[in-house]
Amino acid sequence: MMNATRLNSLTVRTPEGITFGFLLASPVIRFFAYAIDLACILAIFSAFRVIVLVFSIASLDFGIAIQTVLLFALQIGYGMGWEWLFRGQTPGKRLLRLRVIDAEGLQLQFSQIVIRNLLRAADSLPALYLVGAVAAWFSPRGQRLGDIAANTVVTRIVPIETPHWDQVLAGKFNSLRDYPHLEARLRQQVRPVELSLALQALLRRDQFDARARTELFAQLGAHFRALVVFPPEAVSEISDEQYLRNVVDSVLRPRRK
Amino acid sequence: MIIDLTKFISVEEPFWRELEEILKKLEERQYLSMNLEETERFHYLYERAASDLARLGTFASEPETRRYLESLVGRAYGEIHESRQKSKRFNPFTWFLVTFPQTFRRHFRAFALSVAITLVGVVFGGFALALDPDAKAILMPFEYLQGNPEDRVALEESAESDRLAGKKANFSAFLMTHNIQVAVTTLALGVTWAAGTILVLFSTGVMLGSIIVDYVRAGQTAFLTGWLLPHGSFEISAILIAGQAGLLLGRAMIGTGRRQSLRQRMRSISNDLVVLISGVALMLVWAGFVESFFSQYHQPVIPYWAKISFGIFELAGLILFFWKSGRTPSPTASQAEP
Repeated sequence: MMNATRLNSLTVRTPEGITFGFLLASPVIRFFAYAIDLACILAIFSAFRVIVLVFSIASLDFGIAIQTVLLFALQIGYGMGWEWLFRGQTPGKRLLRLRVIDAEGLQLQFSQIVIRNLLRAADSLPALYLVGAVAAWFSPRGQRLGDIAANTVVTRIVPIETPHWDQVLAGKFNSLRDYPHLEARLRQQVRPVELSLALQALLRRDQFDARARTELFAQLGAHFRALVVFPPEAVSEISDEQYLRNVVDSVLRPRRK
Repeated sequence: MIIDLTKFISVEEPFWRELEEILKKLEERQYLSMNLEETERFHYLYERAASDLARLGTFASEPETRRYLESLVGRAYGEIHESRQKSKRFNPFTWFLVTFPQTFRRHFRAFALSVAITLVGVVFGGFALALDPDAKAILMPFEYLQGNPEDRVALEESAESDRLAGKKANFSAFLMTHNIQVAVTTLALGVTWAAGTILVLFSTGVMLGSIIVDYVRAGQTAFLTGWLLPHGSFEISAILIAGQAGLLLGRAMIGTGRRQSLRQRMRSISNDLVVLISGVALMLVWAGFVESFFSQYHQPVIPYWAKISFGIFELAGLILFFWKSGRTPSPTASQAEP
């Protein structure tokens, strides 16, 4: 089941009822990727011309024939070859973090790659991909005619890193645990949005530079220290970051029944 | 908060990692196959990750893990729910001798329509030239066809030197690439609900019809047949098959008579379109060779009877190929009975 909005996103709903989404690439960024690929085609063609020159020494006629066939094969086969080898990516798309995918989230088939590339012949009419650009502009999923026929979309790849779960799962000593009545009050006082903020700060700690991290944890630490005041012996010796980790642990840890 | 995040992540993380490893392997190796046990495990891990994602959906403070799981489930979904047959290792002989002719026959009605549209163009072009010979420049926009056919034939037959000497391979490559480009455009224009494909087929027919009438009226039928048939038997057939593919695409775009979505219709014909256009490309490579190295030489270099016989032989072979090749022998009555 599919649902597409004009918000540049494609949502796939699986038969199990799970929903996941893809960010769609805009026609402008796709044009830039195509421009890079065009430059690559010219570069490859220039490199192969050396071979053509060698053939030309033996026979000029044969050399020109090879050159004609080579340029044609590059124009037609470049997109197909790369997209098949690199699962929907050409060098231009790879550089700009784009990928062609099946519009239903399924595996990209070879026939889909061939069709979307062959139909460039229609999309590029009358010049400069005008038909393709108009089609992409009016299509809710930014599809040119080739994409509509092949049932593909071009998506933006958002780099997904494995979350730093060790920040939550550290299991380090929590000095707040010695004060269960204050922990209980903390659980009452902390709102979900505050907890989310603290958790995200811990999970993303490595993405901040040192100074920003120190400032962020100082601000968050001051905020949480003011919510519930723990005895000095529980909190004075620990850093703001450790204090936050303790707060998150105290709030998220299951309570004993 | 409905889950204990710490416990949840510590329990589930190893399963997510395992799923990620399997996905990496599947993505790196196109033809990786798994045994039943591995497949069951993969399916179990996918369902577990999907269930985790659903549970985590209620836990708003964990977007990073959610995104990670979404990415895992999305990748696994593509592998697990793909019901189209995974392409086997490509065998060019089987493809050429079985898949291509079978695909052609499967969509024979579209081919017949392609032929019919072209024939309408042939009749139109023929009549147009017969009624108004001055329209030649519009009907046949090629310089070498503008003059009197008798003059051209006389010139070709009296030629003492090979005008294609030192240019044959180049000319052949030009013909191949140009004709393949025309065929691809004929297919691609099917996306305009077949209007573009019909236009290309009709205009091809118009050109062909006017050439035929022009040369036949000038009494140069033997020259015309000897010139066109050797390469035309493949070239014109290839364009007609490209038209067949374009009409198929157009029909899928329009979607009449089928209770299927556009996506389903496209999916059902995409493999066939690729097979047809690949076969067309092969045919046009052959046609390019023949046109450059054979068709352009006329009597007395090559007698017309030899050229026409060669053309007829090619055409008969082509018809036989599309008619018989790849057919499984039908069981006889005695074999069919249990």
